[in-house]
Amino acid sequence: MDLSLSPIAHVDVPPDTRTKIRASGVNVFYGDKHALKDVSIAIPEKAVMAFIGPSGCGKSTFLRCINRMNDTIDIARITGNIDIDGQDIYTPSLDVVQLRARVGMVFQKPNPFPKSIFENIAYGPRIHGIAKDKTELEEIVVGSLKRAGLFEEVKDRLDDSGTSLSGGQQQRLCIARAIAVSPEIILMDEPCSALDPIASAKIEELITELRQNFTIVIVTHSMQQAARVSQRTAFFHLGILVEEGATDDIFTNPREPRTQDYITGRFG
Amino acid sequence: MAWIYFLVVAVFAVLGFYAGRSRAHAFRENGHNLHSLPGYHGYFVILAIIVPMLVLFAIWSTAETRLLETQALHSLPAAFQPTDDLSRATRLREIHNVASGQTFGEVPPEVRSVGEAFAHNLTLSHWAKLVLGMAFGAFGYLWATRRLSPHFRARNTVERAVKLILLACSIVAVLTTVGIVFSVLFETFRFFARVPWWEFLFGFQWSPQTAIRADQVGSSGAFGAVPLFVGTTLIMVIAMCVAGPIGLFSAIYMAEYASPRVRSIAKPVLEVLAGVPTVVFGFFAALTVAPLIRSAGEALGLDVASESALAAGLVMGVMIIPFVSSLSDDVINAVPQSLRDGSYGMGATKSETIKKVVLPAALPGIVSAFMLAISRAVGETMIVVMAAGLSANLTFNPLEAVTTVTVQIKTLLTGDQEFDSAKTLSAFALGFVLFFFTLAMNFVALQVVRRYREQYD
Repeated sequence: MDLSLSPIAHVDVPPDTRTKIRASGVNVFYGDKHALKDVSIAIPEKAVMAFIGPSGCGKSTFLRCINRMNDTIDIARITGNIDIDGQDIYTPSLDVVQLRARVGMVFQKPNPFPKSIFENIAYGPRIHGIAKDKTELEEIVVGSLKRAGLFEEVKDRLDDSGTSLSGGQQQRLCIARAIAVSPEIILMDEPCSALDPIASAKIEELITELRQNFTIVIVTHSMQQAARVSQRTAFFHLGILVEEGATDDIFTNPREPRTQDYITGRFG
Repeated sequence: MAWIYFLVVAVFAVLGFYAGRSRAHAFRENGHNLHSLPGYHGYFVILAIIVPMLVLFAIWSTAETRLLETQALHSLPAAFQPTDDLSRATRLREIHNVASGQTFGEVPPEVRSVGEAFAHNLTLSHWAKLVLGMAFGAFGYLWATRRLSPHFRARNTVERAVKLILLACSIVAVLTTVGIVFSVLFETFRFFARVPWWEFLFGFQWSPQTAIRADQVGSSGAFGAVPLFVGTTLIMVIAMCVAGPIGLFSAIYMAEYASPRVRSIAKPVLEVLAGVPTVVFGFFAALTVAPLIRSAGEALGLDVASESALAAGLVMGVMIIPFVSSLSDDVINAVPQSLRDGSYGMGATKSETIKKVVLPAALPGIVSAFMLAISRAVGETMIVVMAAGLSANLTFNPLEAVTTVTVQIKTLLTGDQEFDSAKTLSAFALGFVLFFFTLAMNFVALQVVRRYREQYD
């Protein structure tokens, strides 16, 4: 990677945390639309980074760059660099399958596969050949369900369809599914937007727990949620990363007037 | 004659509509608030006019011919009175021929005069029907316009009438189905009165030629349908071996891999295949594919009949590819993108995603696409007639000539036939078996779908 071409001027990372993901000069085009403009950011390890901003501001687009989900969209074109642990994820030699095993994703609408709860979790370990035998696979499934705080609720019905669960349970199932392949990073694209407040609170609790072991990047529309779960926050507007910093600073003492306007509810 | 009646109905309806609507407009101009839009008042008047007119037409038309025929037969002199059903039918035909002015050979003058009287009465009856129909229409118009008022709920009445018309149409469809089933069932029982059902279902010999006269020899008739069932199954299996994989895989390609440009060209082309008449496929099979298979077989030293199950099955397979591919394509496209995203997000490749997520989710639809294709294959006649032959060989060898249930039905019922011999009645038994098979298959498919359904919403 050539950092000298795209200096990251306004990124300030606290010196005590290691940077997990570093993006510099990322641009995304959907056909003629310039969806993301020259975004540079450093995301620290084992912490929660929240992306906030009004609809269509590019925060989900940027999130989908981190595990190359934009590859599945034919008209999407990406320039710039994204490194994970210093390794460029857009080099041609990189295997997307392995990247996505390291970078899990949870989507806006819970999307369990139309299979049993067990098979939903076992899906990832199976395609990556993680478990050596059936016992190990069962251990992974149970362990993932426990870490996602879902095991007690479903332990008697692992053979039921994943779609028979409630919305909040489905979303925790999707989180368990992502954890099952032991990723280093979990991307969450508005994981609570389809859930009621109680289910959302459980997910937030879960995120706080998962922070011990995973680097988490969460896109959210709820500024309260960002304030509750994240340590650092980035504010996007019209495809531009306006401001990034410690969550407390962003919400109490924003540098940019646009950030101030957004968090005080003047637009968005 | 009937067209004049319907012309009158149409004219009355149009006039009634405008009359009803302008009445409603007049209410509005007089400062009233209408409950329903003026158009509904017009439709209400139309209904009040055409319903009685059409009911009268239907009843009168069914009754008039029968009544006038009975009356004509009664007025025949005693010497010409029919004695049994056959002579009654002959007399009636003569009377109708005289009435329509087409007489062949000598018609006795007594019959001729009755025929002319019949024609005269029929014309009278037509005119009476027309006049009475117009009276009904006028009465309906008067009744309807008297009911029109600003508060009249024309919209609700018209909506109710629309519902009744739709209901009547569905009843017609259901009753027709029930009627067909019962008539086939009835004839099947008549057949089983002559040939025991176990002989039909389990007999290995099919040669439906029965003696027309008692002194004929060599045509005793054998009604063992097993060779037909085997032939049908053989051709169906060959056809599905072609259409199943090709149809499903092309559907997967269309839905998951093809660029929009390729898709926009290839899909319509595939659907054109479904529009080719089966007769065309038939001569393609008989004139191109069958000789090709025979010469290929000869080159390999195999003994191939010039009409073979393989030729018919291959071409039929090509014919039903679009049924499999088009329906499968639709159900694969209906699988939500979020499921694919979930799978890609786990690091699954495209083919893993298709195999483990998309296809299981689309399975019920794919199964029903296959079932539809099988029903088409089993019910197809033309290709088999032309390419597979007529000889009822009991064989599983695809290189021999076989025959199918549908082909035999067609053979039994074409040409001049007497309708109460075991030979013709056996066609109904075959038809019933075919019907029962399709029904059973739909039932099984439904169970399969219910059992393996993976609900994604």
